[in-house]
Amino acid sequence: MWNYEKRLQFPVNIKEPNAQLAQAIISQYGGPDGEMSASMRYLSQQYSMPYREVAGLLTDIGTEELAHLEMVAAIVHQLTRNLSMEEIEKYGFDKYYVDHTIGIWPQAAGGIPFNACEFQVKGDIITDLIEDMAAEQKARSTYDNILRLVKDSDVCEPIKFLRQREVVHFQRFGEALRITQDKLNAKNFYAFNPEFDRCES
Amino acid sequence: MSDMKQMLNDIGILDFVLVELTLYLDTHPDDRNAMEYFNHYSRIRNQMSKEFSQKYYPLTKDMAEGGKEWRWGMAPLPWEGVCS
Repeated sequence: MWNYEKRLQFPVNIKEPNAQLAQAIISQYGGPDGEMSASMRYLSQQYSMPYREVAGLLTDIGTEELAHLEMVAAIVHQLTRNLSMEEIEKYGFDKYYVDHTIGIWPQAAGGIPFNACEFQVKGDIITDLIEDMAAEQKARSTYDNILRLVKDSDVCEPIKFLRQREVVHFQRFGEALRITQDKLNAKNFYAFNPEFDRCES
Repeated sequence: MSDMKQMLNDIGILDFVLVELTLYLDTHPDDRNAMEYFNHYSRIRNQMSKEFSQKYYPLTKDMAEGGKEWRWGMAPLPWEGVCS
């Protein structure tokens, strides 16, 4: 179960609306390498994890990703809350606006809706941890791409924070993979799948 | 920065230390020094959250007690930009 705290993990306080930037940043809400994909991936993978260190890490990183999802939503909300009709039309926000007004809906920058196929739960610890490490790098690249588009420091600071967290999570997943391999047969990590096979070793 | 914002900012910093230590301890469960750090900052953070709740508004439901109105429901929404 979860407890909600009425506080963002890192402050978001944006003064200037920017419809164009909002349409790029929403990809980290519901896009292929976004925070919804991240949180659902880790929180779904945790159940069949055979080692407590790895399951616990997935719970805690998955939970932190929910806080990041909220931060991205706060950024998009604050970039769009005071838009005029003229700005909505001028910056191409009309296509989003017609379906969602200025509500927050999980989609990629290109308008593709969020889909569970953007992440995988393979049920094989090595496969899943390597997917998790790749996911952190893909999200880091996306934040790098967003940072090249941002001129406003009010937007830049929380995005830089989110980018840095991807780097830390990558490191921790790397350690989880090392812990896993230490528990497996060093001559053949793939001898059995500890999430499925009941093998004494 | 107002006193309220300053305090919320300090809670954010303390909480960040705890998030970092939590993930580190998940993969280094035998590091006694890290555990001591965790316990130390956890105590300060809990005390500060209680003080914040008494002075301004509850950050969590378990601190909603007191006052005439439903303090939890009336607390500011984090995505509106109150926490900076």
